[in-house]
Amino acid sequence: MSIMIDREKCIGCGKCAEVCPGNLIKLDGKAFIRYPKDCWGCTSCVKECKVNAVKFFLGADIGGMGSLVYTRQKGDILTWVIERPDGSVKEIDINRKESNRY
Amino acid sequence: MRSQKMQFKKLRTDVLIIGGGTAGCYAAMTIAQNSPDTKVLICEKANIKRSGCLAAGVNALNAYITKGCTPQDYVDYARHDAAGIVRGDLLLTMSENLNSVTAHLEQLGLVILKDENGNYVTRGKRNLKINGAFGFNVNEEIFYSITAKAVIICTGGAAGLYKPNNPGFSRHKMWYPPFNTGAGYAMGIRAGAEMTTFEMRFIALRCKDTIAPTGTLAQGVGAKQINSLGGVYEDKYGLTTSQRVHGTVMENISGRGPCYLKTAGITAQQDDALIKAYLNMAPSQTIKWLESGKMPSEQNVEIEGTEPYIVGGHTASGYWVDTDRETTIHGLFAAGDVAGGCPQKYVTGALAEGRIAALSALKYIAAQSISEISDEKISENFSRAEKFLNNKNSRFSCEQLEEAMQTVMDRYAGGIGTNYRYNDRQLDIADERISQIQTLTDELCAEDMHELMLIYELRERLTVCKTLIAHLRARKETRWHSFAENLDYPQRDDENYLCCINSKLENGRIKIIKRRLIKEGERYEHNDRP
Repeated sequence: MSIMIDREKCIGCGKCAEVCPGNLIKLDGKAFIRYPKDCWGCTSCVKECKVNAVKFFLGADIGGMGSLVYTRQKGDILTWVIERPDGSVKEIDINRKESNRY
Repeated sequence: MRSQKMQFKKLRTDVLIIGGGTAGCYAAMTIAQNSPDTKVLICEKANIKRSGCLAAGVNALNAYITKGCTPQDYVDYARHDAAGIVRGDLLLTMSENLNSVTAHLEQLGLVILKDENGNYVTRGKRNLKINGAFGFNVNEEIFYSITAKAVIICTGGAAGLYKPNNPGFSRHKMWYPPFNTGAGYAMGIRAGAEMTTFEMRFIALRCKDTIAPTGTLAQGVGAKQINSLGGVYEDKYGLTTSQRVHGTVMENISGRGPCYLKTAGITAQQDDALIKAYLNMAPSQTIKWLESGKMPSEQNVEIEGTEPYIVGGHTASGYWVDTDRETTIHGLFAAGDVAGGCPQKYVTGALAEGRIAALSALKYIAAQSISEISDEKISENFSRAEKFLNNKNSRFSCEQLEEAMQTVMDRYAGGIGTNYRYNDRQLDIADERISQIQTLTDELCAEDMHELMLIYELRERLTVCKTLIAHLRARKETRWHSFAENLDYPQRDDENYLCCINSKLENGRIKIIKRRLIKEGERYEHNDRP
């Protein structure tokens, strides 16, 4: 369970590092994950990143196939973007003003 | 004081809150509302926006009192689930606060599902005195001595004691936050506070690999637990969490594994709702479905039990508190997962306890002045931390010792590897090995403050392990399958064990104390404090 940070896209704002509940992300001008194996997979950092530099993936040891996931937010809509290794992309919208049915 | 690596700072406050998760933040909010002049300091190793159990979000408030139900109904439910070992006074005072904190959360902007009449929808029942604390900054080289009139401890429970489901790259893909390492328990144990019911471990039944919740499937779409032959087995073992885990273990042992939640055949709308529900709380499960190319309607979801945790929000482990949530140490109050005797409190219960503890702390500080922490104590604690920063050439790394601890607990104290079972001889070995690992931690070295934190977290977990082993040994019965499955005593024994098992550290030894169960309506006070 971990994240990947795209250093080309990262603008070094530090929001991901600030919000990580495990203090696992550090900055050297840009963000990097210092302790990838210690990530809980909470995706807090993914939701903070405004430039979609932080992407989340499943480790191969728990069945991950290499998809990368990030989010976009517009008003109450949080869009989850899943980029599959074959290049196909799936988007799922969640309305934050609606509670879960389950 | 001569400082080598770390600077030293003194801080003063009226109420110190250790841990800025659900209970801690709500305690701070309660104090700010009721007594704006009281100074509050929250100590937290991460940003409070995402610290504690709810970093990923939570898709359901498990505990509130729905229409037609009373707080007493909730107490009865929790008591049944814990096979009797609960504190009625704590559960009732918590339950009485559930709906007002829920309404308050809603006022603050949280969206909560309601029925057409505007009612909340049910989701299925479910003589020491403290002067302050020491701490250090996890980013900068600063050591703090903090004096306070009262302290509220809200540090959560303990993960990472046992070898996890996936010990490799995804070792931290666990149910409970891996960053909750039992700091609050360890602080209390070392200070001589009385602890209760550590033997009632919590093991979650989860979706395999992603360790995502199963309740969303079981309650959301009515998915039953089935074995690999298609047989529904949940009726055979019972429906409490411990029975659901136990049933899954038994089916696997009997050669009928793997086990699943039967989702095949649900509708496309249900698929869609599940995909969204999991994105809100455990996105890995949604990714897993998308990556496998098969939706839950097409494929049953494999399930497994997690490694055991100590967590007072689900079971009854934690500080032994009076009805006002004061621990056996004067001026130290406990709320949330760190507080014992009050299982099934979940998010809203942690808020309720944060409120109760905050109000009790306010009452307490009215008659208190700050007492200074002695220079001797400061120097002792500063030097201990400083030593790890100056140590060189440790034979073992912190990570190696962490794995050693988890392996010992797994093999000898009832981890996944032994199907959660243990006997007295195994516990003896566990106890001895954990003590040995404790001595090895003395020579660990930290390159920076983050590594210093990791060493402290390891030492805290080892302290919790010692108390846990003592508790597992003390309850000579099997009341909860899996949670405390003692092979020497496979039967439930109400005659001798319908009571709380408590412990406290006295002269370096863990002393076990049996205490009667306190009923709702009683006001429990500590009258034989240490």
